[in-house]
Amino acid sequence: MTISYFFQQLLNGLSLGGAYALIAIGYTMVYGILRMINFAHGDVFMMAGYFAIYSMAAFPWQLSLPIVIIGTIVLGVVIERIAYKPLRTAPRMSVMISAIGVSYFLENLANYLYTAMPQSYPQIDILKQIHTFGDITVSRVTIIAPIITIVLTFLLMTLVNHTKLGMAMRACSKDQDTARIMGIKVDRVITMTFVIGCGLAAIGSILYFTDRNTVQPYSGSLPGLKCFVAAVLGGIGSIPGAMVGGFIVGISQIAITAAGYSVFSDAFTFVLLIFILIIRPTGIFGEKATDKV
Amino acid sequence: MSNKESVLRVEHVTMQFGGVVAVNNLTLEVNKGEIIALIGPNGAGKTTAFNCITGVYEPTNGEIYFNNKILVRNHPQGKMKRMYLGEDEGEYFGTIVAPTPDVITKKGIARTFQNIRLFSSQTVMDNVLVAKHMRAKQNPFTATFRLNHSEEIRMRKEAVELLKELDLYQYKDDIAGSLPYGIQRKLEIARALATEPKLLLLDEPAAGMNPQETMELTEYIKEIRDKYDLTIFMIEHHMDLVMEISDRIYVLDFGKTIASGLPEEIATNQTVIEAYLGVTEDVGD
Amino acid sequence: MQKIKLTNKTIFNIACVAIVVILLGYLQATEIENSYAITIIERSCIYAVAAVSMNLMIGFTGQFSLGTAGFMCLGAYITGIFTMPIEIRDQVYYLYGMASFIHNIQVPLVVALLISGVIGAIIAFLIGWPVLRLKSDYLAIANLGFSEIVRAVLGWDGLGKITNASYGLSNIPAFSSIFQAVIICGVCIALMLLMINSSYGRAFKAIRDDDIAAEAMGINLFKIKQLAFVVSSFFATVAGGLMAVFLRSAATSTFTVALTYNILLMVVIGGIGSVSGSVLGAFLITAGQEWLRFLDKEYYIGSFKVPFTRTGFRMVIFSVLLMLFVLFWNKGIMGSKEFSFDWFKNIYKSIKRRIRRKKNV
Repeated sequence: MTISYFFQQLLNGLSLGGAYALIAIGYTMVYGILRMINFAHGDVFMMAGYFAIYSMAAFPWQLSLPIVIIGTIVLGVVIERIAYKPLRTAPRMSVMISAIGVSYFLENLANYLYTAMPQSYPQIDILKQIHTFGDITVSRVTIIAPIITIVLTFLLMTLVNHTKLGMAMRACSKDQDTARIMGIKVDRVITMTFVIGCGLAAIGSILYFTDRNTVQPYSGSLPGLKCFVAAVLGGIGSIPGAMVGGFIVGISQIAITAAGYSVFSDAFTFVLLIFILIIRPTGIFGEKATDKV
Repeated sequence: MSNKESVLRVEHVTMQFGGVVAVNNLTLEVNKGEIIALIGPNGAGKTTAFNCITGVYEPTNGEIYFNNKILVRNHPQGKMKRMYLGEDEGEYFGTIVAPTPDVITKKGIARTFQNIRLFSSQTVMDNVLVAKHMRAKQNPFTATFRLNHSEEIRMRKEAVELLKELDLYQYKDDIAGSLPYGIQRKLEIARALATEPKLLLLDEPAAGMNPQETMELTEYIKEIRDKYDLTIFMIEHHMDLVMEISDRIYVLDFGKTIASGLPEEIATNQTVIEAYLGVTEDVGD
Repeated sequence: MQKIKLTNKTIFNIACVAIVVILLGYLQATEIENSYAITIIERSCIYAVAAVSMNLMIGFTGQFSLGTAGFMCLGAYITGIFTMPIEIRDQVYYLYGMASFIHNIQVPLVVALLISGVIGAIIAFLIGWPVLRLKSDYLAIANLGFSEIVRAVLGWDGLGKITNASYGLSNIPAFSSIFQAVIICGVCIALMLLMINSSYGRAFKAIRDDDIAAEAMGINLFKIKQLAFVVSSFFATVAGGLMAVFLRSAATSTFTVALTYNILLMVVIGGIGSVSGSVLGAFLITAGQEWLRFLDKEYYIGSFKVPFTRTGFRMVIFSVLLMLFVLFWNKGIMGSKEFSFDWFKNIYKSIKRRIRRKKNV
């Protein structure tokens, strides 16, 4: 293994990890506030891929990227309104079953609308440009992805830690009922969480699919689960944790593939999960919570 | 004191949540056959103390003995240890003992909860039978293939007896969650008794009851103490009940014991009155 | 000697069993004409076992476990390997050649199923060890992950001599008759029902209702959850084995996450916390998926195309149905009640009462 091969793979890993991180943030934020695994998040990410295919067929990319992001956000908010909001007082398990229902629905809907055949993802020339550094050749998206991820994570953390909305979010994640009594519009905070999560998922989807070229109805389900694992790895509820977790999952997946065990590239993520649950169940950045009796 | 048999001894128990010290260096003793009350204003750390005794929380520091045998022991570690001991103080001795609540129940300490925690979708009978599960001689195979028939019959017989003795037999097949509030409280006590405890911890048994019901409860607690040869340790706010039945009282405020003694001593204790009513200087003006 | 009491109820039960036996006997006798019905019944029974095993975790113990497909996959391969006729093995494993230590082992179906179940249970024990001490969310995700690991491992070239890797297993002997399938499934469900109605079942439900109170009543949360998980996985693995026999083949592509979701749909529609509900759900969904196949075809009335119906529409309808159940009727058909013949008695009585009232008026 040459050093350039190593760097080539490391860049690929960082790029994939960046996309994972953006999706993982959506999981971690929703879990932080609603205490549920949003099983549909991976499928929202898949739908964003289809949105891009159809909008880019009609508009130039400068216009279609905002369309994709807005479309994904609308989808996410509609899902929240229809499938999660009515179950606010129901047991947590019902909400998660509802999320699974949405995931199942979106996959079947995509299968119905766009057929099960993989469709090719449009090429955005500016992202696909090839750069050469010595022996390493990479497309621009590979370099941009981790940078975008880090910048967005930084912006999001500023939002959460230094704005009124962020304060409301933190209050809701600690104790929804008390937050409501203090005059915080909890439903609006939850909607905003979905807006941010889905917006990031849309950007993640552009980065992810540009590198992978095709979209099919089930291409969201497994990456979705992996991103949840990334969120657990980083410590569920922690935004920087989700980013670090995303990078770890992305890099390890590329490493396993590069080592010639591509069959296990998906499975390894879950080995990682079981491993972290044994040694540090709260994740890298997580805090221990005590239930009140 | 020496002629009395100690059932529960709490020594220097401290429970810290982050920066909040909920229980601070609590030391108390409960002897066989006594009814001891733990009182104090809201947020004084009474329920936290109960949770430490029953294993729901691991105390940050301290030891708890049950029948003079070690039940729980914990010492602070790392940064916390320095906080408690200073940089170069001596080490703590004794291994850490941190059993889960079920082990403690099995040793003979049963409890009720402040906010009723019945298995609300199951019948009264099943609630009691769940508590009997622990002491039954069976394993998953014998239970599934009904080879534990005699045990099952014994459990049911004992449960019926218990329900009859506590006047709950008429509700036997009712769903626990649908019962009136007072009956639910009684059922919680019955369920705790079904675990065959030696020490019963009651967390505000009279909460939400009217004076009439409270009076009945007073009799009821005395009755079960005598009938089942129990020692009772309870948290209560109803002063009538506390003064009427407790042998001794411990008063907790901000996690610390501020007074202890016979009921009449506590009733006239200046510190206690201040803790409950606020210090006069603050109120004045 | 105890005297066998012949109450109305026992007579009624015997009559019901007799009717079922006669019906199945009729189907078996006319196997060729009714092969379609037989297929649906066998498939429903197998799904019923899987659904009840999932319900044991989700509905009775309150632990959100989504590993059913993974355990079924495991069961399908193990049962397939142990029941495949020896003379045909070289043909199936023509690429890898079957490993010699298992090449000559062939056991009867029931033994193969037991072996699968025990292996599934052992693996569940090992997964449960770290995961069941944590919140139940982690169990859901760890189990979904486990399903992926199982699929990856079974499809791996390195194990080709045992699992035939990505080619999967074929030529697994079918059920000898519909009775074999129905009886095995019935026994599995009956065993789970016996456990649920035992002292341990009460402990499961106690944990579901209030884990802190259950612990205070001396129930070891971890051990009881572990027990539920091991038993549930045992039967999920057996269901997988039955699936392999039913399909006469085993492939990793059959046991995707979508299968877990499908079984979850049966549990939810039947009623979380009801064994008879899960069985009912399994039959309804399986039969429904067959009946609604017409939605996947395109129709023309003259030159007018009937809107919407084309490949995939059926599953869209099904997922909408699941959503409707979750949102508006999340108790499912049975709620947490169980089916009993007393219902008919009560209906009969209430009708009688109504008639009498009318007469009085």
